[in-house]
Amino acid sequence: MTVQESSSLPSIELAPVRPAARSRQVKSVRRLPVQKDWPLWLIIAIQIGILIGAIALWQAAADDGWIDGFFWSKPSAIYATLIKFFTEGDAWGDIAFTFRSTIFGFLLGTAAGSLIGLSFWWSRNYAAIVQPYMICFHSLPKLALAPLVILVFGLGLASKIAIATALTIIVSVLTTYAGVKAVDPDQEKLFYSLGASRFQVFRKLIVPFCLPWVISVLRVNIGLALTGAIVGEFIASQHGLGRQILYAGQTYDIALVWVAVGVLSTLAVAMYAAVSWLESALRKGVKQ
Amino acid sequence: MIGAMSAAEKLRLDQISMTFNTPAGPFQALAPVTLSIPQGRFISLIGPSGCGKTTIFNIVAGLLQPTSGRVFIDGIDATGTIGRVGYMLQKDLLLPWRTVLDNVILGMEIQGVPLKEARGRALPLLRRYGLAGFEYAYPSALSGGMRQRAALLRTLLFDTDVILLDEPFGALDAQTKLHMQEWLLGLWADFGKTVVFVTHDVEEAIYLSDEVYVMRTRPGRIIESIPVPIPRPRQRHATLVPEFIAIKERCLKLLTLDPTSAVAEAA
Repeated sequence: MTVQESSSLPSIELAPVRPAARSRQVKSVRRLPVQKDWPLWLIIAIQIGILIGAIALWQAAADDGWIDGFFWSKPSAIYATLIKFFTEGDAWGDIAFTFRSTIFGFLLGTAAGSLIGLSFWWSRNYAAIVQPYMICFHSLPKLALAPLVILVFGLGLASKIAIATALTIIVSVLTTYAGVKAVDPDQEKLFYSLGASRFQVFRKLIVPFCLPWVISVLRVNIGLALTGAIVGEFIASQHGLGRQILYAGQTYDIALVWVAVGVLSTLAVAMYAAVSWLESALRKGVKQ
Repeated sequence: MIGAMSAAEKLRLDQISMTFNTPAGPFQALAPVTLSIPQGRFISLIGPSGCGKTTIFNIVAGLLQPTSGRVFIDGIDATGTIGRVGYMLQKDLLLPWRTVLDNVILGMEIQGVPLKEARGRALPLLRRYGLAGFEYAYPSALSGGMRQRAALLRTLLFDTDVILLDEPFGALDAQTKLHMQEWLLGLWADFGKTVVFVTHDVEEAIYLSDEVYVMRTRPGRIIESIPVPIPRPRQRHATLVPEFIAIKERCLKLLTLDPTSAVAEAA
């Protein structure tokens, strides 16, 4: 979408020269491409327009039989199911269940992971010994362990939290450890020259220095925790949005699948926004 | 502060040497060095890169255990003990998440001085020594010269008699450097600390010091000590008197005699 009104004049002037044999010697005049920004209201209007258009097209396509309404469902049916979902079923219970397992897994994984990452500062030998196990666990598709986790932790909340934790913890460990490794050795030297103990160096230098690293994984981890919770519910659960989606799919209630996915997306966006806000608030507090 | 010249010995390095074990065999970074510095003196070490200046500092600060020899502070063996001297490294190493005030009290804080008391002691000094208005600013808001001031005040407020300054003005532009030299001399006159200063700048070394030690590489060692008998307080034009120029010539000659030294660096 490049607007180049201003560049037309010189290129006309040069045009007659170009076909000639020495055209290689003549440098064509080129201007910086200018992109004009549309006003925000226009951008938003177009975004809403696309959404409405897509929904209308979907409805029309299903009504006129271009697509199979049974497999794809249609907006009007989805809307009716949505009303029913919130008025008749235990929608809030399912949302709360998924929310709880996500948040607990997120907090547990991030906190434990950050502490483990920081702990590597205390001993290079310990870090070297643990390193290969960390990389192994990192490359392992942790969701493959889900059936095992369900067996060990049962059908309830605990197994969902465990999967969400498993997904988030390693990201925090590796990122925080990267922070630990980035500490300037001269900075440590300064602390020791002032007569600091190891614990003082840890508390006054290592922890505050690594905080931005700890914070930087929050947004990634909230998404991972939600994935973990949903997969846990897919495999075996009696509650949660994941179970709703699975159940609806198995009973060919496609409208309900869409409703549950829609509610899940809303939950995901809300949590992502909350964590983003938390992240920027923390960053301001850390001041770096 | 000149009166301090006759004062008791403050810092003594007794046959300090350092040999590192490298894959290519032992490498002697520092041949036995003996040095005696009286209370309140300002001395400089000059020499090419790799002559062991920083090694000496690390040993005196207790961050490096010498292969042989001992470090005495006030006649007490301080070899391998940390927290005895103020040490300012080449970088300012200010903590970006702390205000200037909280940066300069770091030493006191580590020594267990209550925060309130430490801040109370630091505030007037910040105002007096050119950081007024920046007490609660973060280091990112400071210019290079101001960062060095803060780092130097942190070293001074650590409240040790001996301070080691490793090329504190090396990264500053020429103009700021001159300002900072005056500033440092003022500070030194007020505090009466014993200062060991490392620099690549011969003129800076002579202008600031009571005595200049010229070092050489392979192995790192002190080859000559040159007293600077120019009276204090010194004015900038002291650098133009024949006496000063004679010392400068002597230093440059000693430095360029060494085939491994980088002349450009020394000058």
